[in-house]
Amino acid sequence: MADESYPEELRYHPEHDWARTDGDEATFGITWYAQDALGEVVFFEPPDVGSEVSKDKTYAEVESVKAVSDVTSPLSGEITEVNAALTDKPEAINSDPYGEGWLVKVKLSDPSELDTLLDAGAYEKLLSES
Amino acid sequence: MSEDLRRTPLYEAHLAAGAKLVPFSGWEMPVQYEGIKQEHLAVRESCGVFDVSHMGEIETSGPGAGALLQRLLSNDVSKLEVGGAQYSCMCREDGGVLDDTFSYRLADERYLTVTNASNHSRDFEWFAEHAGDFDVQLTDRIDDYAMLAVQGPKARVILSGLAEGELPTRFHCAEIKLAGAAAIVCGTGYTGEDGVEVLVDPEDAPVLWDALVEAGAVPAGLGARDTLRLEVCYCLYGNDLSEERTPIAAALGWCCEEKTGFIGSEACAREREQGPDELLVPFAMSGGGIPRQGHPLLSASGEEAGEVTSGTMSPSLGIGIGMGYVRPVLGTPGTPIEIDVRGRHRPADITQRPFYRRDG
Repeated sequence: MADESYPEELRYHPEHDWARTDGDEATFGITWYAQDALGEVVFFEPPDVGSEVSKDKTYAEVESVKAVSDVTSPLSGEITEVNAALTDKPEAINSDPYGEGWLVKVKLSDPSELDTLLDAGAYEKLLSES
Repeated sequence: MSEDLRRTPLYEAHLAAGAKLVPFSGWEMPVQYEGIKQEHLAVRESCGVFDVSHMGEIETSGPGAGALLQRLLSNDVSKLEVGGAQYSCMCREDGGVLDDTFSYRLADERYLTVTNASNHSRDFEWFAEHAGDFDVQLTDRIDDYAMLAVQGPKARVILSGLAEGELPTRFHCAEIKLAGAAAIVCGTGYTGEDGVEVLVDPEDAPVLWDALVEAGAVPAGLGARDTLRLEVCYCLYGNDLSEERTPIAAALGWCCEEKTGFIGSEACAREREQGPDELLVPFAMSGGGIPRQGHPLLSASGEEAGEVTSGTMSPSLGIGIGMGYVRPVLGTPGTPIEIDVRGRHRPADITQRPFYRRDG
């Protein structure tokens, strides 16, 4: 399992999801805290490419041996790519939550939503208060 | 965490080992340390040690001890010899399962019956209610023993370095010293691997735990205990067993000897004769998805056919597995079924027991 970290270049949703953006393109995943709370991920089924995701809404599930966790979309848009490698190697979500463990890539419909997300410092503050 | 939760004598050891503690049947128990999958595989490949001190014990002693147990337990207790261990169900008159237990015969007129934590108080009352006609003394021993399960292909090697005396073989028990402490050691377990379960004075438990870990046993939590037992299709009371079902329906007819006249034997004999309306069967997902307790179980044509009673991702097999009650017509191995996993119908097949079998 990876060491706890919250990279500065990412933006965070309070439901423990991250977004890495480049213009109107974004990559989503779950945070170190989320994967740690869940335990070893044993199943992730990506959503369909082309499907719409809405900010604050569930778009997928990750499952550990004991639990199922909804994945919340930090921003709105259309899924352009999914991390198919996770089907065979879901544990990458634990070992590299911000790298190999990415979940989906999204074409953003409203990049201004980014302003509502937390930066790493604010997210860590949220974690320390919970 | 609630203050009414009981802690085992190994609580500090669990904290030190980095355990995640959860409430379980009124106890604060470790669900995992490093991770369920790792702990599961450690038991399959090497050796794990579990704190199962939440389990209860009822001691039955006196000239009528065997006869009382014969009345209460579904197996033929007369076949249990001194130094033996025997699995049983305990039933109501209508055959509904009150608990599933292991009984150890420690001496001619002295037995120890291990109960599930969630049922222990009720079990003891049930024993007491029916003891009147027998010359026995009943003692609730739940506070007198800590219980450790040492399981896996290397369990005996690890234990032999700590044991003064010979370790009991499978389904046998012996009173020997382990790491200097007086222990009741039993060749039983809940994982499908070789190994033992050990009862010791709670004060001696931390030293024994440390000695086992020092010798190479990997601390394993209740999470791994659950995935291990499900891979070998052992029932969990509250999931797969309940007062609403008989042992026959739970496919535990092998531990029911109706001729002994145990409480519930007539109902069991009837159900065995007529065949149960529903039968507990194992199934494996043929595609993706993880079945969970409570998910609807459907026939291949999509009709509701039952409910998942236990389900998980099998760490050994890498697929979703489970058990559930279905009409016998659907219960034949190879029958395709579907599991409704949160609204999505996912294909599965009824399988043979067990999912996993250790070599040799």
